[in-house]
Formats: sequence, structure tokens, C-alpha cells
Amino acid sequence: MTDAAPAPDRFSRLRARPEGFEERSKALTARRYARERRFKALGLGAILVAMALLLILLSSVVRQGYGAFWQTYVRVPVTLDAAVLDPKGTGDPEVIGKGNFQKLIYEGLFGLFPEAKARPERRQLTRLVSSGANLILRQKVLDDPSLVGTTRDVWIVASDEVDQFMKGAIARDAPPAARPLKDGAIAAIDRLEADGRIEQRFNTLLFTQGDSREPELAGIWGAVVGSFYLMLVTALLSTPLGVGAALYLEEFAPKSRATDFIEVNINNLAAVPSIVFGLLGLAVFLGLFNMPRSAPIVGGLTLTLMTLPTIVVATRAALRAVPPSIHQAALGIGASKVQTIWHHVLPLALPGILTGVIIGLAQALGETAPLLMIGMVAFVVDAPSTPFDPSTALPVQIYLWADSPERAFTERTSAAIMILLAFLILMNLIAVLLRRRFERRW
Amino acid sequence: MNRFLLSVAAVALLASAGSAAARDQIRIVGSSTVYPFSTTAAEQFGNKTDFPAPVVESTGTGGGLKLFCQGVGEGTPDIADASRRIKDSEAEACAKNGVEDITEVKIGFDGIVIANSRKAEQDDLTQKQIFLALAKDVPQDGKMVANPYRRWNDIDPSLPDKKIEVLGPPPTSGTRDAFVELVMDKGCEEVPETAAMEGDAKKAACRTIREDGGYVEAGENDNLIVQKLEANKDAFGIFGYSYLEQNQDMIQGSKIAGVAPDFDAIASGKYPVSRPLFVYVKNAHVGVIPGIKAFMAEFTSDAAMGEYGYLADKGLIPLPENDAEKVRQTATGMTPMDTSSL
Repeated sequence: MTDAAPAPDRFSRLRARPEGFEERSKALTARRYARERRFKALGLGAILVAMALLLILLSSVVRQGYGAFWQTYVRVPVTLDAAVLDPKGTGDPEVIGKGNFQKLIYEGLFGLFPEAKARPERRQLTRLVSSGANLILRQKVLDDPSLVGTTRDVWIVASDEVDQFMKGAIARDAPPAARPLKDGAIAAIDRLEADGRIEQRFNTLLFTQGDSREPELAGIWGAVVGSFYLMLVTALLSTPLGVGAALYLEEFAPKSRATDFIEVNINNLAAVPSIVFGLLGLAVFLGLFNMPRSAPIVGGLTLTLMTLPTIVVATRAALRAVPPSIHQAALGIGASKVQTIWHHVLPLALPGILTGVIIGLAQALGETAPLLMIGMVAFVVDAPSTPFDPSTALPVQIYLWADSPERAFTERTSAAIMILLAFLILMNLIAVLLRRRFERRW
Repeated sequence: MNRFLLSVAAVALLASAGSAAARDQIRIVGSSTVYPFSTTAAEQFGNKTDFPAPVVESTGTGGGLKLFCQGVGEGTPDIADASRRIKDSEAEACAKNGVEDITEVKIGFDGIVIANSRKAEQDDLTQKQIFLALAKDVPQDGKMVANPYRRWNDIDPSLPDKKIEVLGPPPTSGTRDAFVELVMDKGCEEVPETAAMEGDAKKAACRTIREDGGYVEAGENDNLIVQKLEANKDAFGIFGYSYLEQNQDMIQGSKIAGVAPDFDAIASGKYPVSRPLFVYVKNAHVGVIPGIKAFMAEFTSDAAMGEYGYLADKGLIPLPENDAEKVRQTATGMTPMDTSSL
């Protein structure tokens, strides 16, 4: 490597470069660089395409769905006539609860439009407010019986047609035969708007109500509770089973054909389409054990079958990542195998196991196909109070709304997708945080 | 920790096995066409009475009746929705499993529409033209050949010059069954060559739908078809009237034999492509599962299936007044149907 005076060089003939060597080598290098650049560009392109597709998906969901977080309300002076609601003045909620609240709302509305006397005109007016508005008013009065006998302005939920009209989803200039709101109704809306009696407010009903056939009253609460029970059952069953199976296979099982066979099968199960687990759940839990149809407990059991392979595979990987030296050190100072596992291996593998569990659960949260077979794709109004009551789940609610003819369900579908995505992001975030917090590197 | 989880799991399992009994809400399964109506009735019933709202599953008519006929007991549904009448074979299967007394309730009609985008002209088609446009084989010069028609005006010069492209339901759908029966079979009868055929050959000729792209199976999601029509103004879609009613600002129903599919035309029977919708009740469950009688009374009440009822708002075409009264009596009296008439 020294630059000493060149001695007669024995290798000069070998080192002598052939004709045009410089150019050729330069061209070769340039080609290699170009290839590298192309490869990098392709990789970057793949990322960009993926991001663009994701962006298109998300933006279309958000664009269609954000409207659902607002709902149109109409301010109507309602006379809670004691003679109608509680003629004997009992104050008994049984009696008040039976009152015709819808009629009271309509009468308040007619009071705002005294010129509308004929039935067809009044019929147009009744279409302004939700046909289920009585339920909300009824609840309000039952919560505060002192309202009976008073007249007050109440914000009443508008019908889905008015809501869609206010949001611009129903064109004003469409031919009258082609729009659900007739001229009379539109004129009434314009007047209410001029009087400040109509406005869009945050749609709390979307979060507090169960499913409904009236889009303006439909909410995701029932589905959220159903999904919660599903996740609870799935987590309680699949975690101990999955982790236990992985521990046995990794730490105790002898290497034999039988364990190889089991291993192959677990990996196979992870790739089985989820509808197959639904069929299995239908045959075993409903057919054999006679468990209730549409119940989250059965859904949870079915989803447990589905998430088990994911958890077993992730747990085994986490266990294998614990350095053998820790294992051997514990055994070396006389710890039993069980002590080694409980005191040393499991705590170190825990972040990996938890990540596997959460990802498995997140997968189960977005699943509909297996639930279809066990009857959880159903119209259920009441939120379940135990895991044995009929219920739906979030993705099922999305599926059901997507298939409903009413226009207003389109935006609610997208809103429900946004809520489901928020839950999924939250779960994956927890997985990342747990890993960050507890992960140890060697 | 793990031991705790395991024991919780064991308790959960045991509890679930023990609670399989006792059901206090009505269970309804069946047709996706009837689903919007039975869910609306279920919700109203839940609000108006002290009974919990029935649980409704949309399984399709065939799938629903299969579940319904599985037997008597809490594990089986109480009510089945159907967009066609129960078949003889289904009634037999029911009887074999001990489901003998069934109450048949006709709740109203549904029109099947052939619609296109409002950006295009409203068309006037006949059943014969639709048959020729959608059949797999059509007669030509005395023999059956693979459907040669690519554009509507190939069939009849009075029809518009646009590609034949119809989006419709798959064979599993009750809407498809009804479409085949009410449009294809009728159209088939009007073509002399196919009308002259007999037996299975006729059935095949009339009911087989082309698979070369003229007819696109668009899945069970009718909203999707509506959106596709909006995007492609040459295409037609086949679906139930309620979807047309909800999307009238985007799509229009084609006239069939000169009659446009509107509420009055379907109710009066002038619009030729309409079918009755049914609800079947398992009599053995009445009195065992609470509220079945009250629910059927609500479902058939004037406030529900009457001319101005809430089901009419959802697109159900009501029965004529006399029939409605009869249906009401059947439903509240739980008169079992005569299965020998099938």
C-alpha cells in the first residue's frame, strides 16, 4: 500500500488493463447505479400508490360520512297538555308514558303554520319531523314530569328527508315527482329556516341509540355494546388458550411427528377463510350445544376459534425471541421448568404476546362473515344487557346500513366505518405502545 | 393471572350452556325484500308495547323457510318472511319436522322495477322485448340460437340505440325468481316459437338468462345497483320498488307495456310486474314465545299496512281494503293455512 518508487513490477502484465477498460467499467458502474435508482423508485412508487389508494378510500369515507355527525332539528312549540297526557293529575309515569306525544308535536307544528288547514297540506307538515320523535319527547317528559302542563319550545328531530335536504343531498330543482319532499314541505322548511327554527346540531343520537329503520334515529350504541361483549368473550377465551398452547408447544412438547402435525395444522388454520369458522360455530355451538342464536357469547366463541391460530403463532415467536441464555441461567441456578417459564421467559415475552393478542382481537373486531352464520347479522333494536342477549356488532351494522334503501343511511354507513376505523386504530396504537413500553433488546 | 383467566373462561362456558333456554323476544328470518317492512313493524311494536322488539334476520326467502321449517322449539324462528309463496316441498319439509300449523299472512305487494338513470330517457319496454334482450337463447329462423342482440334497437327499431346492459340480482334472490316468473315467462309466451315448446325444454328456454355480459349479476346490494345506474346512463337495473321510491331523484322506472311503476299503478294491479309478499307464523309458538299474536296484530293493523300506514311510507304496496280485512282476521285468529292448496 505504500507509494514507494515502483519496483520492477512482476504483476504489471496482470494489471495491464485491456483496451477501453475505463469506459466499460464506468458504463458498468453507471448501469449499476441506474438499476439501484430504478429499484428505489419502484419501491417508492409502490408506497406512493398504496398511500394514494388509502387516501382515496379514507377521503371518500370521510367525505360521505362526516355529514352523519350532524343532524337537523326543528324547534317546535309543544304544549304538553295535562288534559291529554295526565287527565287525572296522577303524575304516574305509566299514564304519562301512554300519551300520544307524536300528536302533540304535530299540533305544535300546525300551530306554526295556521294557514295549513287541509289534510294534504298538514300531511306535508307531518313529514318534516321524525316519526319517532315522540319517543325522545316521551323520555324527556318521563325524566321530568313537571313539564306536563307547560308549553315550551322543544328541538325535535327532523325527518331523514328534511335532514338530507338541508345537507343538499336532495336537489331543490329536481322535478317534483322525483323528490321525496313536495313544494309545500320545501316552502315550510324555508320559512322555518328564516325564523331560525331549523338548525343542524351534533348528532348525539348516532352514539346513544340502537338500530332503527328511521335513519335519523339509528345509532351504533347497540352494535358497540355487542362488539364489546364479543371482544370480551374472545379475549377471555383466546388469550389463555392461545398462550397456553404456545407455551406447551414451545417449552414442553417433545419433538415428534405428532407435534409437527399440530404445528402444520395451526399454521393452516391461520389461513382458513373466516366463513368456515362461522359454519363450525353454527354446527357446534348452535347445533350441538343449543346455545342462543345471535348472541355475542356464541359470536365470541366462534371468533375465539378464528383468533387462536394468530395468537399461538405470535406467542411462539415471542417465546423464541427470549435469549436461551436466560433460560439456561435460570435452570442453572436450580429453578424448575415452571419457575423458569413464569419468572423469566413469560415476562420477557409478554410485549410480543400482547401485541399478538391485540392484533388478533383487532382482526376479530372487523369480522362479519362468521357472524352471518350464527345469526348476528340481524335487526336488533335494543342494546344487549348480557352476552346472551341478541345483538349485532359494528361491522355487521355497517353491512346492514349499506343495504338499506333510505338515502340517509348512506352517510351513516360511512360514519359507522369511521367509528370502526377509530376503534381499530386505537387497538393497534395500544399494541405499539405496549411494545415500546415493555420491549427489551439484547 | 393466567389461572384467573382460565377460571373466568370456564365459568363463562358453563354459564352459556345453562342459559340456552328461555327466549322472550320474537325471532323473524327470511326475505331481504320483506326485511325493511318487518323491521319497521318490529321497531314500532317494541316502542308501542311492553314486549321487546323482535329480532329480524335477513337470510333470503329460501334460507329463511329452511330455518323456519327446522322444527318446533325455542331454537327455531317463530316467523318467516317470504317474497313468494311457500313451496309445496318446503311445506312438506316443515310437516316432516313437526311444524304443521302455519298461518299465512299476505302483507301487501312489491313491484319489481326496471330502472335507469334520470339522465337518460324514460323507456317503454314490453315483457317480450325484455325476454328477447335477456334470454340466453332466442329463436331465429325457426331454431334457437345464442342471443344475437347486442343493442336494444336490434330487437325493435323503436327502442333506443344503446347497448343491452342490465344489472340484476343473482339466482339466490327472491327478486330474481319473481322477475323470471313475471317478466321472462310472460315474454316467452309472446314469442310463438318458445310458446310452442313444452316441458323442461320450455322452462330452460324461458328461464335461462344470458351470460355473455348483457345481464350482469350485481349481488344482493340494491344500493350498489342504484349507484352504478347513476354512473352509467345506458344501463338498466332490476330491483324492488322501495329502492326506486327512495332514489327517485336519480333514477326512473321504465314503463312496462305502457305502465310506469308508481304507487297507484302497482296497488291497482295495472303495473304487470308485481308480486305478493308473505309472512308465515308458526302456530305452535303462539303462546310459548310472548307477544306473537300482538305483533301480528300490529303488523296487519291499518296504521301499519293500510294505505297511509308506516309500511306504505317504506314502499310496501298495500292490499285492497277487503283483502286487508280478511288478512287481519287470519293473522289475529291464527288460522292455519291449507297446505294442500300449494
